[in-house]
Amino acid sequence: MNETGRGWGLIRLVTFLVYLFMFAPIVVVLILSFNASQFGGFPMTGFSLHWYGELMEDESVVRAFQTSLWIGLVTSIVCTAVGTMAALALVRYEFPGKHWVNALIVGPVLVPETVLGVGLLLANRAVGMKPNFGLLLLGHILLSLPFVVLVVQARLIGVKRVYEEAALSLGANRFQTFREVTMPLIMPAMLAGMLLAFTISFDNVSASVFWRPPGVETMPTEILGMLKTSISPKVNALGALMIVITVGLPLLGGALARLRIRRQSSSNA
Amino acid sequence: MAVSMLSAAERRRPWILLAPTLTALVLLMLVPIGIMFLYTFYKFQTSGVETADLNLGNWHEFFSDPYYHGFLWKTARVSAITALLCAVMGYPAAYFIAMTRFRHKWLLLLLLIVPFWISFTIRTFSWVHILGEKGIINATLVGLGIIDQPIQMLYTEGSVIMGMIHFLLPYMILNVYVSLDGIDRNLISAARSLGCTNWQAFKEVTLPLSLPGLGAGLLLSFVLAAGSYVTPQILGGRRDSLFGNLIFDTIMKELNWPMGTTLSIVLLVLLGVVSVIYSRYMGLSTITKGLSR
Repeated sequence: MNETGRGWGLIRLVTFLVYLFMFAPIVVVLILSFNASQFGGFPMTGFSLHWYGELMEDESVVRAFQTSLWIGLVTSIVCTAVGTMAALALVRYEFPGKHWVNALIVGPVLVPETVLGVGLLLANRAVGMKPNFGLLLLGHILLSLPFVVLVVQARLIGVKRVYEEAALSLGANRFQTFREVTMPLIMPAMLAGMLLAFTISFDNVSASVFWRPPGVETMPTEILGMLKTSISPKVNALGALMIVITVGLPLLGGALARLRIRRQSSSNA
Repeated sequence: MAVSMLSAAERRRPWILLAPTLTALVLLMLVPIGIMFLYTFYKFQTSGVETADLNLGNWHEFFSDPYYHGFLWKTARVSAITALLCAVMGYPAAYFIAMTRFRHKWLLLLLLIVPFWISFTIRTFSWVHILGEKGIINATLVGLGIIDQPIQMLYTEGSVIMGMIHFLLPYMILNVYVSLDGIDRNLISAARSLGCTNWQAFKEVTLPLSLPGLGAGLLLSFVLAAGSYVTPQILGGRRDSLFGNLIFDTIMKELNWPMGTTLSIVLLVLLGVVSVIYSRYMGLSTITKGLSR
């Protein structure tokens, strides 16, 4: 089927509807967040920023945001360091049992989050501990680690070994070689992995509900709790704010990176 | 002597690099699953209390009580419907993105990634504004005077499936797209020049070559749908609970660890079996494709 005929027209229509299906509900949340009404749904009774103001004064929302931010930051830094080491081992070395190690690393992706959640909570309980901040953090590291390893691994395969061999033969030790040669080459993948780990941690709800200590909420569990009573306009404002942050930041980052590359290439020319 | 010492150090190096990752995976995933398996043989006394006299009571209860089988079937049915609808909606979209000569194709691809950046909880509850009593559909219909009373669309099995399709579609489209994008266009042109119609060329060349992507998308959608419990919690009514909700309630509300772990192991094993069957089947299909050539 080329770009002519009735078949293609139909495909184009379906594609349009699919994109509408994916984004219309999100746009509706953005619109409703400015609703002046007391209720979270339609009709719109007027434009207002009132609910954003309410949000800033809600201490539990602010606290949940801070909690998620910290856990996301620590998770992404730890996973990037640990995951890059693992990716190096898997791409640059041959060793017995590599097949099994690879399978084990994708494990947390394939095991349902509910099962990971129950398992880790039970293990914590079996050693006689109550859910604590450390449990939540370790859990998020478990969930994010495979993605960092996979992303860095994919990039590392494309980096030729000769650069590293050249550095080694010129007298650099292993660590210097990594710092001066390998790391700059895989930096984009490490940053992408870090961003991905942060996103996974910041967004996780299914497993976090099992792990969080009593009284501690992350951003998604806070929203889940707010939904239990009713859809208040405050939830819409919170949702809209999160959408703007989580979509805006990566887009801004990407745009800045592209701008820098364009500048570099024009100054080289 | 020096050489063998060096090679021993060399042999140890990958394991040193892997040590933190392996420690994390073993302690945080494998050991917990092992403990869960052990707990399935424990005996439930009362909320949060169990005794370690090993017995098959929980397994016997699971296999004999139709209550659990009902959840299992419903979860399988809902996940299968979700995965199939994802394929029906996702394939044409992926085909369009792969084949179009539209100049801003990158934008369509970027828009597929954007949902992954938006919180899953927010994406799910956004459907309340579409299907709910005060949602856009009911508000419009009532406003136009087509209906008097809002239609009940939210808190049904349909709304749960809708929510799950919404978060799984990007996975499906990306998988099919990658597969379609890798097809050598000369094959399609060859089929056309040998007299195939557009539709025949699609059926005989494009579709078979895109099956691995479609299969991966189906598997992923099915497994992720079957493991989810937050979507039914937000968009479903009391009767729309899935197996994941059952596990959650058994552990977090009844504090019945022995039964909760039994159910968790069941979910883990069943989804594991689905994945293994899938990889077998896909492996065989590539072989038959090779033989029929």
